[in-house]
Amino acid sequence: MVAVAETLEAVQSVTDGGYKWGFSTDIEMDMAPKGLNEDIIRLISARKNEPQWLLDWRLKSYAAWLKTEEPDWAKINHPPIDYQDLHYYAAPKKTAGPKSLDEVDPELLRTYEKLGIPLRERAILAGVEGAEDERPPIAVDAVFDSVSVATTFRETLAKSGVIFCPISEAVQTHPDLVRQYLGSVVPAGDNYFAALNSAVFTDGSFVYIPKGVRCPMELSTYFRINARNTGQFERTLIIAEAGAYVSYLEGCTAPQRDENQLHAAVVELVAFDDAQIKYSTVQNWYPGDADGKGGIYNFVTKRGACRGARSKISWTQVETGSAITWKYPSCILLGDDSVGEFYSVAVTTNHQQADTGTKMIHIGRNTTSTIVSKGISAGKSNNTYRGLVRVMPKADGARNHTQCDSLLIGDQCGAHTVPYIESRNPTAKLEHEATTSKIADDQLFYCRQRGLSEEDAVGLIVNGFCKEVLKELPMEFAVEAQKLLAISLEGSVG
Amino acid sequence: MLEIKNLTAKIDDKDILKGINLVVPDGEVHAIMGPNGSGKSTLSYVLSGRDGYEVTGGSATFDGQDLLDMEPEARAAAGLFLAFQYPVELPGVNNANFLRTALNAQRRARGEAEIDAVGFLKLSRAAAKRLSMPDDMLKRNVNVGFSGGEKKRNEVLQMAVLQPKLAILDETDSGLDIDALKIVSDGVNALRGPNFSALVITHYQRLLDHIVPDRVHVLAGGRIIRSGGPELAHLLEAEGYAAVVAEAA
Repeated sequence: MVAVAETLEAVQSVTDGGYKWGFSTDIEMDMAPKGLNEDIIRLISARKNEPQWLLDWRLKSYAAWLKTEEPDWAKINHPPIDYQDLHYYAAPKKTAGPKSLDEVDPELLRTYEKLGIPLRERAILAGVEGAEDERPPIAVDAVFDSVSVATTFRETLAKSGVIFCPISEAVQTHPDLVRQYLGSVVPAGDNYFAALNSAVFTDGSFVYIPKGVRCPMELSTYFRINARNTGQFERTLIIAEAGAYVSYLEGCTAPQRDENQLHAAVVELVAFDDAQIKYSTVQNWYPGDADGKGGIYNFVTKRGACRGARSKISWTQVETGSAITWKYPSCILLGDDSVGEFYSVAVTTNHQQADTGTKMIHIGRNTTSTIVSKGISAGKSNNTYRGLVRVMPKADGARNHTQCDSLLIGDQCGAHTVPYIESRNPTAKLEHEATTSKIADDQLFYCRQRGLSEEDAVGLIVNGFCKEVLKELPMEFAVEAQKLLAISLEGSVG
Repeated sequence: MLEIKNLTAKIDDKDILKGINLVVPDGEVHAIMGPNGSGKSTLSYVLSGRDGYEVTGGSATFDGQDLLDMEPEARAAAGLFLAFQYPVELPGVNNANFLRTALNAQRRARGEAEIDAVGFLKLSRAAAKRLSMPDDMLKRNVNVGFSGGEKKRNEVLQMAVLQPKLAILDETDSGLDIDALKIVSDGVNALRGPNFSALVITHYQRLLDHIVPDRVHVLAGGRIIRSGGPELAHLLEAEGYAAVVAEAA
């Protein structure tokens, strides 16, 4: 039987080629019963041993969710989601709160190894390891279904005062910080999916960078949905005090399953005077098969508040996965001279649907925002840029530059650009540029005449198209992202 | 050696090549001249494998391999290079990166070791220097914002790096000033040797003053109507195509 299953798997991986992270991990899970109600929320809160204020906040969010309608303005189509048919809590049994990597289930460590995520803290000593391996260390928080299973380099970070831990742990160890900032950027009732997340969020990362500290290494969270019929609702909160700097990376994958899985995350960023937060995402949730079966529904609310003068928040995202992507990482530019940036590559193939973009809300004086969006559609997919630039009355001297480029591969896909521009200040300068192009036959032939295969040619052209965005990613991520783009588009030409 | 026998081809049901016979032995440079619409570019595209051209008969082999049965990239790996009449722009794609990817793809296909970034840098810089081209040509995006002359020079630079066995130059001289013409010609001449052959497609005699061909062929109405030595090009220049075509008819 095992041999048969393996053969089937091997055949599958050859025939639909694309998704290489589709394996699942067989591990004993602690699951909440299916369904959503106050009791489930109490159960989640109890499992995490939460203080009363947090349970109250969850229940308040749940009440708000019940009163809200699922939004229908995005250019996406899907059958109604049965919110009662999901597990809202799933945790690997052995690993609740491991103190060190030695306590983490080896099966989990193998999963992350397979994914190429470094959970081992390799001591990097000059001259000891080979020059090839001398990459800068990255601290990783690994979230598996509903819980964080490991966070690396915590001690190194603690020396500079940086807090990097699962948010469930921060609730216990730094309750005041969490209470002060949780929901301060994305309020509990902000939108349907944010309300849902606020009610049932299970884990995620918490980052606090003290005043004047430049975080000594890249921080990274790696999200993995494994369990069947499970929603993942992670919550990330990053606070950069005055003069602080942090670069944070986020990666996501999920097993290949026939049913759709729900992912509704909330990310909140807060930057004070002169602080900088650079938030990069490589999202590669399972996109469904060639016929549009299965895949992750990705409904995410990401928002950053530039509260301080001269603060800066940059969002960079490479979105290749998910059956549906509904995501608008935004910046609220409150502090004078604050800066918001959004760099995005969204790739859709087969039957994927992406409706993604950003919101830049200019409130402070001389605030600046930059939006560069690159949408690539292939197969029968639909790819929409939806972005809002709003300049409030007091935002004298606000500036925005938006550039939206769409690239079409084949003749059955769609690219859509929906910009909303609202200026209530006469001194604002707003620019919007948009282009739509196709990979031309003569470009492909030119590359092939030089010796490139058709797929390499598409990869090269697409990477060239996305260059402005990819160069914003930290180096190692950029290399991964380039490969991912090429893999995602395999077989989409011809 | 390139051998073309009775090659016929059409585009959109229109017959363009009506029976081409041509042999280009290793080490030789042949010029193909002819009036507009005679099928010169079609011949270059059919040989290099562009979509949209339907071969209806005949054969084309290179070193004994059936070219017409190969994918364009396989023809490139076999040593066939086409210098485009209208080089294509690839926005965001760095020229050096493009060339290295292409070179390594060819080397892989031939079972040769890939060349690393440092080795490639040396190779490409040396090629640029030989062709009196500035290094920054390699750093720019492929043909983006290049002048007409720069695009043609870039084709020759690519050729110098890829070191083909057979180069087809499709009106590489059109739109070039005298200086650029000389640079392009020097680039081709530098590759001349016993293992290199070229098919130089041109309207004008002036290119052939710089790249002196072993043979000149006149293509008209989809057929080669006359072949001769370099002096044939001078005759064409003096008397025009019409006279030669009329004489052949």
